[in-house]
Amino acid sequence: MTTPVLALDDVRYCWPGRAAFALSVPELTVGKGETVLLLGESGSGKSTLLSLICGTVSPDCGALHINDTDITKLSGGARDRFRAEQIGVIFQQFNLLPFGTVTDNILLPLRFAPQRRKRIGDVVSEAHALCAALGLPEGVGRHKANALSVGQQQRVAVARALIGHPPLIIADEPTSALDASSQAAFLDLLFAQADAHDTSLLMVSHDPRLGDRFDRVIRMEDIAKIERATA
Amino acid sequence: MTLRLAIASLLARALTVGMTILAIALSVALFLGVEKVRTGAKASFADTISGTDLIVGARSGSVQLLLYSVFRIGNATNNVTWESYQDIAARPQVDWIVPISLGDSHRQFRVMGTTPAFFEHYQYRQGRSLAVSDGAIMDDLFDAVIGADVAATLGYSVDDPIVVAHGLASFTEHKDQPFRVSGILEKTGTPVDRTVIVSLRAIEAIHVDWQSGAQIPGQSTPVDEIRQMDLTPKAITAALVGVESPLQTFALQRAINEYPQEPLLAILPGVALQELWGIVGIAETALLAVSAMVVVTALIGMMATIFSSLNERRREMAIFRAMGARPGTILGMLVFEAMLMAAVGALIGIALLYAGLVIAQPIVDDAFGLWLPVTAPSLREVFVVCGVIGAGAFVSMVPALRAYRMSVADGMMVKS
Repeated sequence: MTTPVLALDDVRYCWPGRAAFALSVPELTVGKGETVLLLGESGSGKSTLLSLICGTVSPDCGALHINDTDITKLSGGARDRFRAEQIGVIFQQFNLLPFGTVTDNILLPLRFAPQRRKRIGDVVSEAHALCAALGLPEGVGRHKANALSVGQQQRVAVARALIGHPPLIIADEPTSALDASSQAAFLDLLFAQADAHDTSLLMVSHDPRLGDRFDRVIRMEDIAKIERATA
Repeated sequence: MTLRLAIASLLARALTVGMTILAIALSVALFLGVEKVRTGAKASFADTISGTDLIVGARSGSVQLLLYSVFRIGNATNNVTWESYQDIAARPQVDWIVPISLGDSHRQFRVMGTTPAFFEHYQYRQGRSLAVSDGAIMDDLFDAVIGADVAATLGYSVDDPIVVAHGLASFTEHKDQPFRVSGILEKTGTPVDRTVIVSLRAIEAIHVDWQSGAQIPGQSTPVDEIRQMDLTPKAITAALVGVESPLQTFALQRAINEYPQEPLLAILPGVALQELWGIVGIAETALLAVSAMVVVTALIGMMATIFSSLNERRREMAIFRAMGARPGTILGMLVFEAMLMAAVGALIGIALLYAGLVIAQPIVDDAFGLWLPVTAPSLREVFVVCGVIGAGAFVSMVPALRAYRMSVADGMMVKS
């Protein structure tokens, strides 16, 4: 078995100022090229788990490996650089800088990730190619991001997550702002692109109907435990 | 790309950013404008008299002597006798000497008695001489040359008669000896514009029937008779002196100050001006401080707009964080943004100042006789721009540090 892209091992995190409220994740792995759907209700600690994986917060104990690097051993600044290089992030909505053009937005992560940038030659034509592959209209790159529909904005967010081929894409309910038919089209495109580059995908959702498309579906309550102090 | 994004971000908030920049621009224009007017006023004051090495008058204060002899502000407490004047004039160091006699007025304007040498030696604004715009310099005993403001205010033209009043703001007039306007001077921006100039002998002539500051009752010497009289003055108010060589200025000054026959005072106009600046310096500093406070206010205004923009930009900062930007990058972006606003504001301020100067220069010169030179931006202005940018960066640290803390706390997860 190849080394997993993402591996959490006995990770435990206490919210600052709320010592009696902690999240612990005994084990979670995502293999290379694997697509995983993480189901969880709101308040189940999903956002905190994503913050841990992305390295914007650091666990109190445990190991968190991304591509064989234990990011808990890195400094805050190094984690930020590491995230830029290794992880493409797609939010629920409002993914884009409204004042930037579509191209600006797609190229934004490369500004912080020189190795991702090196992997591609002409960044602008790469951005255009991704737009075309994601079914965005020709010449959309010059448009201001806030001139696009929500569905188009989410696709731009996918292009941004994919550019420079990071090994892992984290998507936080990327379809929740879309209607049913757009959701299906969006996921088709996302999967096609992730598959084409052998990118691992960890998507968080509260909607179990999406499960069929993924290699694996895991539930938040099965992998993580939230400890609440009984007052 | 970061620069372009920062500009795009600012443009997206064009209205508030524009207002902020406008406030900075106006404050910088005001600050530099005050500075310009201040130095312009100083230069203008200094330009009022040039080429004169010493001013001689009765012993009083040097500022007082300067003010009444050159600026026609205040009065002489004493006169200089004609004998003393002639003594000084005879000294070898003296290149030229122009006597002036003050004390009478015409309407709100002062009358100054002098000799034709005044027109030859009096210089203003770095060596310009007086010129007649209409008519000629006085020739007859009862001829008067009037300054540009006198002519403009009272609507006089050449050959108009004028009557000189005794003293200042007085009701007793020298009606018996009316003068004739022989010439009108070009505008100079100096107190000469507000002066009626007559000959020294004329001053003597109109006081023929006067004694101890009052008209002798019933006595009225006919004009023809006066013309025949010896009109050598008994005293003058002050004298402007030019020396042969600048090296002799101090020697001459000391000699006059130690003149044994009469208590006299000789001053160097430049030194007396410096003393005057020392007196008005506090007001100047206050003015400058107020305009500096306006700049500070504008910068605090900028800080407030950055603060209020933070909440709506939380999302934007989260996106940057998710893309791999460090909290320090967020801080840097906000500080950079503030510096950009401050720089643009300061540059627009300078542009406004120069546009204002070009437009206002002739108006101000006309109205106040204040010549504001339009010169290339000086090092001082460069310092002001740098200072404003630096101060902008400094004040923006407050909201930027808050954004830093917010982005550390929020990470990339902002539920909006």
